[in-house]
Amino acid sequence: MSTKLDIYTAKRRGRITNLLFTSVCFLATVTCVIVLFILIWNIILQGKSWLSWDFVDSFPSRFPHKAGIKSALYGSIWLIGLTALFSVPLGVGAAVYLEEYAPKSRWRKLIQLNISNLAGVPSIVYGILGLALFVRALALERSVLSGALTLTLVVLPIIILASQEALRSVPDSIRRSAYALGATRWQTVWYQVLPASLPGIMTGVILALSRALGEAAPLIVVGAMAYVPFVPERLSDEFTSLPIQIFNWTSRPQEDFHHLAAAGILVLLIVLVSMNAIAIFVRHKYGKKIRW
Amino acid sequence: MASTPLVKKMIQPSDKATSGFSKAPIVRPSIPSGKRMRTADELAQATEKISVRDMSFYYSENRALTDISLSIPECCVTAFIGPSGCGKSTFLRCFNRMNDMIEGTRVEGEILLEGQEIYSSRTDIVTLRKRIGMVFQKSTPFPKSIFDNVSFGPKIAGIRKKKDLYEIVERSLQRSALWDEVKDRLNESALNLSGGQQQRLCIARALANDPDILLMDEPASALDPASTARIEDLIFELKEQYTIVIVTHNMQQAARVSDQAAFFYQGVLVESGATEALFTNPQKQQTEDYITGRFG
Repeated sequence: MSTKLDIYTAKRRGRITNLLFTSVCFLATVTCVIVLFILIWNIILQGKSWLSWDFVDSFPSRFPHKAGIKSALYGSIWLIGLTALFSVPLGVGAAVYLEEYAPKSRWRKLIQLNISNLAGVPSIVYGILGLALFVRALALERSVLSGALTLTLVVLPIIILASQEALRSVPDSIRRSAYALGATRWQTVWYQVLPASLPGIMTGVILALSRALGEAAPLIVVGAMAYVPFVPERLSDEFTSLPIQIFNWTSRPQEDFHHLAAAGILVLLIVLVSMNAIAIFVRHKYGKKIRW
Repeated sequence: MASTPLVKKMIQPSDKATSGFSKAPIVRPSIPSGKRMRTADELAQATEKISVRDMSFYYSENRALTDISLSIPECCVTAFIGPSGCGKSTFLRCFNRMNDMIEGTRVEGEILLEGQEIYSSRTDIVTLRKRIGMVFQKSTPFPKSIFDNVSFGPKIAGIRKKKDLYEIVERSLQRSALWDEVKDRLNESALNLSGGQQQRLCIARALANDPDILLMDEPASALDPASTARIEDLIFELKEQYTIVIVTHNMQQAARVSDQAAFFYQGVLVESGATEALFTNPQKQQTEDYITGRFG
């Protein structure tokens, strides 16, 4: 006679393992959240009394109470704007070529492998390349243009990979249907495939630009200045950026500058969060219409 | 006889059952009596729309179709039947050169569209595909509005005026019997439509190009019986204006909608002819075995 299992008593070992695994995962999540929370809280405590309109609208100064972040904020906006202008058409174009046009050959595989690797190269390496290529060889000097071109190098592989992923998620049936209706390859890509992959591409682009916004190392190499008492007005103007200004303030001995740095970080975070909010909004707005 | 079911089950001893297949009762798809099907004489008199002569098709080194010769008459429904992998869909895709997208494919022999060679180097594939529309097995609406779906073909053909596009959209949707269901929500996403409606939308999308031929690759295989019936009714109406070629797994469907049928087996066209003749009195043993459901 076989023993019947009592449904009220689960196997004890299984229950303990389950509980253990759940708690480990929960703890991991909580740790991350707590660390992030402490960081942000600390910065808010340090910086909030220094964060004011005057702070945003003043140039840096030797005197902490007069110092502001205007030139760094404008520099960052210039950099991000230019970087977007260069990297989006290049990155999306390259992704479209690789996904939709390039024949499946060994060359394509090699290029693909290289792009994946480039996405993992430390940004300072791009800084050195930017210094040699843009600042020296092309004689663009330590300009906002040199900085933006260098940042373009940093984010280009990320944009290409994200766009490729987005293009790949468009089912082949869409392409086949368009071809069957007499569309050329260009019409198929432009009217069907690109619009369908737009939310994915936009998210990738904005995340890549968020990364560019936070980069300091490559800009220091191409010669971003720590003290810039003016706003860039031309491509050839010298510049600074938010992370560089923050870095500069934290490295000073006076306590007041550390508070300034915290306020600067808050500004940087606000810009970052708004960019990510745009990404989420775009995804939501266009993503709703597209279901496979 | 008004209540005669479309599918009659006839159990009869087969005088041809000599091949040692199963002794299962034979189910022969019956020809519906209600709808008017073109007779063999009418088929013979119809203008030849597409003519296939000694055509073979290769995927790299594998020959998928062997020496096929077939005439497709104008304004008739031609059904390709046969077991999975017999090459019928491959054959269908030869007509609008969709196989060109697959690397390493090759065609030998001739396929003529009104006397012009489809596989000529002078053929413009874009124009060819505008004349020969296609509907796929799985409905594949673009993730856009109903209007944008139907107007895509005319739009890329260069028609820009909203008014002209609207007329084409309305006419195409009416022809595909979808207009009344969607006329108030042309700007809604096509993905909100039901499966059957999506398939009729894909038919409308193909019709918007004003083709003369419509290829359908198992257009109803993913649909419920009611939607299938609507598609079949639609095919019956459309054949007055369009030459239709349909691939189907469903014997009953082939019997219901087609005027001419062609049976494929392992890349070979075994037998073709007027549907009525092919289903009631096939000339080849393989055809008999397949349509009575003893293999495939």
